[in-house]
Amino acid sequence: MSLLSTLARLEAVRGQRAEPLATVRHRHLSERPMVLVPLAAAGEAGAPLAVLLGTDREAPRLHLVPQPLNRTQRSDFLAAVAADVVPYLESFGEQVELLEGSEKDPVSGEKVPVVRELCADAPQLIVPNAAGVSHLALLGRSTRFRRTAEDPDPGEYPAPTQVPLLGRWLTHLTDRAQVPGSSMLLAMTGLLARHWATGQSNLEDQHLAARLAWHRPPPGLEPAVTGAAAAEWVESERDAEGLPACPPAGPATDPTFDEKVLAPAILRHDAAVAVWERAEAARDAAESRRAAGLVEQARAELSRVLLAATLPTWHDVWQGVDLLRGLPAAGHLPDRWEGDRWSFTMHRDRVAAGEPPQPRRDDAVTAARKLAQREREQAKLEIQEALDDPLAMAERRLAGEAFAGEVVDVVPEWSEGRSPKPRPLLVVRTGDRPHADPGREVYRAHAEPAQRAEIVSAEPGEVVVRLLSGMGRRKDPEPGSVPEVGSEVVFTLFELTARQSAPLPDPADTPWTHGGPPLVGEDSSAGTDEWE
Amino acid sequence: MSFSGELVTDPQDALDSGALSPGEAADRAVAGILDAVVRPRPGAPRGVVVDSPPGAGKSTLVVRAARELVGAGERLMIVAQTNSQVDDLVDRLASKAPDVSIGRLHASDSRPAPEALRHANVTAKDKVADLLELDVVISTAAKWQWVKAEQPWRQAIVDEAYQMRSDALLAVARLFERALFVGDPGQLDPFTVVGTDQWAGLSYDPSSSAVVTLLAHNPSIRPHRLPVSWRLPASAAPLISSAFYPYTPFRSGTGPGERTLHPGVRSDGSAVDAAIDEAAGSGWALLELPARHTVRTDAQAVAAVARTVQRLLERELTAVSEQGSARLTAGRVAVGTAHRDQAAAVRAELARLGVPVDPALGEAVTVDTANRLQGREYDVTVVLHPLSGRPDATAFHLETGRLCVLASRHRHACIVVARAGIAELLDEHPSTEPVQLGVAVKFPDGWEANHAVLARLSEHRVRLA
Repeated sequence: MSLLSTLARLEAVRGQRAEPLATVRHRHLSERPMVLVPLAAAGEAGAPLAVLLGTDREAPRLHLVPQPLNRTQRSDFLAAVAADVVPYLESFGEQVELLEGSEKDPVSGEKVPVVRELCADAPQLIVPNAAGVSHLALLGRSTRFRRTAEDPDPGEYPAPTQVPLLGRWLTHLTDRAQVPGSSMLLAMTGLLARHWATGQSNLEDQHLAARLAWHRPPPGLEPAVTGAAAAEWVESERDAEGLPACPPAGPATDPTFDEKVLAPAILRHDAAVAVWERAEAARDAAESRRAAGLVEQARAELSRVLLAATLPTWHDVWQGVDLLRGLPAAGHLPDRWEGDRWSFTMHRDRVAAGEPPQPRRDDAVTAARKLAQREREQAKLEIQEALDDPLAMAERRLAGEAFAGEVVDVVPEWSEGRSPKPRPLLVVRTGDRPHADPGREVYRAHAEPAQRAEIVSAEPGEVVVRLLSGMGRRKDPEPGSVPEVGSEVVFTLFELTARQSAPLPDPADTPWTHGGPPLVGEDSSAGTDEWE
Repeated sequence: MSFSGELVTDPQDALDSGALSPGEAADRAVAGILDAVVRPRPGAPRGVVVDSPPGAGKSTLVVRAARELVGAGERLMIVAQTNSQVDDLVDRLASKAPDVSIGRLHASDSRPAPEALRHANVTAKDKVADLLELDVVISTAAKWQWVKAEQPWRQAIVDEAYQMRSDALLAVARLFERALFVGDPGQLDPFTVVGTDQWAGLSYDPSSSAVVTLLAHNPSIRPHRLPVSWRLPASAAPLISSAFYPYTPFRSGTGPGERTLHPGVRSDGSAVDAAIDEAAGSGWALLELPARHTVRTDAQAVAAVARTVQRLLERELTAVSEQGSARLTAGRVAVGTAHRDQAAAVRAELARLGVPVDPALGEAVTVDTANRLQGREYDVTVVLHPLSGRPDATAFHLETGRLCVLASRHRHACIVVARAGIAELLDEHPSTEPVQLGVAVKFPDGWEANHAVLARLSEHRVRLA
């Protein structure tokens, strides 16, 4: 934790309110995000119980598995979720921009012009917390290999076509969510943690309702207060039956809720189904109709309790969206969102081209490539956040990785040689103490074009740098390229562009140190379905 | 630190090395390694791995292997991990083997250190094409990844291989057919700041160490070991060996009393001087400040570190060892910290006290983080304990490699500066890292190793009021 975020936490404790950690919003927020509040059943890893989802905060839709252990009902649930989510995801694939570029022809080696499609926008899913992202990843894994009626070998239980598609999309989105700065799948607790500090621990901040209690009084609390007392009330308040006043944000449900509310409702549903099955077997039409009514009733009751368990979180997520929309967007957001759009477009193209689902495990080269991408994006994110947000830059300044100040003197000097180039000295008055030894290269923030400089001397209160580039090709610097006396400048010790990653071999050329090329067919999708 | 799941021993280790003198045991190990590298048996694995504890002559081994391979008519590429490691190696190899032509391949935006370039047999270029004719080409893994392999090498040496990440090896392995991997398994693991959980347990997890991946895919490779630490004194080798290398023990090349420190100026009665006397007598000292939670750059602890260094230099210590006796000068003292801002704070405080810390201006005290001190050697080290003043013990601070690096850089003595209460802090923070299927258990864990070192240090405690 940096000094500045420690300070913000202390101030949050003193004021019993969330304290800003950012002056701008560092993640893209879609105009039409889809919010999902997934619940998992206790007792089996990744077993779906319900999900409340939608793009309209006034009209959430609930999907549920009445008996979470029943594989048929689970399949029906996944089919219903797929029918709901996949059209939302695919709707973004229709509007495209056409970008002209060039590509090397693999045969002739010449550059040929190509036109590439880039989707104009991309979908955005928001879940309450990081555990929600992991749950979606599990759902993706369990559905992307499902066989459908269209497969050459559809198997005994073919699923609707959209189910494996949903699995592939969820796998893609949860994988993309690992890329720093990406915004296609976001956890609300993470979003809030980036932008505000609370006076509680990081662990407590994972509880969405408790986190929000530092922003506004939780609904139902009298008197209406914020801060530690409110957060504690949210976490621990229970009614006479022991049921929580604020249900947890999932995917895990509250054990008392499981025991006293959910289990009886599931049992009633099971009993109604059993009656109905007996009636069907006995071909008793009247009893069958009556039992169907019971099943309907039991299901409605389950819907009611599960809606009650998810609706508060649904509203919490939208409240978080409101809070974030109150911040102005950071300058580099369109740049990073374009990366998400490319990621979306490329996955759309892979699906359209009929490529198989993502393999169970990445091969050595793919894993290394993804790691390199994540590290590159992490570096880019840190740079862009610092440039976009004075508070983010302040953290770097406090860490001695940047300094800001006023130019108090400019000494025009030139390089030696036949065609001297401008190498002016800037004397910067600053209260920052950068870890800058003489000779160290530094970079001027917000300079266009990019400008490098070299530390000449660094004394407390005053740093002298020599500008090295970004002043044009002539003997005298281009007008405006050298800061004037009195202007404010920021220099960073870190580079302002992320470095490229080194090339990796083709998977077919995986070297002996890494087990050689992966075996083809080892990971065929025609294997057994994952949970049958 | 990482160990492969299976504990293997080389036949040479089965010999009772206790019966041999340290020199004989080390010579025998080195001869076996050189044999496997220069004259591999038909059908032998393509890689030779050498595990080397701190100061066991790893660099000497690399230089000897390079000379012998070049002598056998091989063109050789050497991969090291950082620019300073590369420059060190170039300097060492060029002085030991003036007849070998050496290419220093460097990035276009960086200059090799002057020590590396002062030799007549060293050529520095930023394009590999200009160096292909030379006997040995040395560069960092990061630079090698960009080299196009039109003419691969037959032989490579990978130095500090345990610090190299698996994905870096993946990118450079196409450049050679056979390789000698040398490294210290007890030092810091490679790391990344982004999420890698999805690959945990895969044999080729790109964020794991290159040697772990290599051994997982080439089970016929049996790691060799260097059995003797020439750096660590008799007071330190047993502790470091048992705390950090419990299954691959090593011993000190020198016996008790062969390395001594003698202050030329008497103690002024202060706690700092008492700690120096304790360290001079026993090889260890713990200078303990009162318990307190502090920010990372704890001003009092930083001042205590700086004052200790200042007194070390003022008291005109003489270091007597098998190599003769020498005054303890600034260049033979290092300060180790966990974080860069701590190093910067110590450097600033030392500068304020007038202790030289800028190597550009002459001999200076080295102040750096554990990561950057890896592979370095000093007579006396002053260490700011990674857990000093902390309210919590995170995986970063508990990492065994970090403590191992900090506690194994010295030839004579190590003085640790810390706030009281670390043992209690450890007891309140047992490791809670999730267990991942397929990942070899790291042993010893940081918790255990920290306690072992602390128990030893507490025997040499001096309290600073």
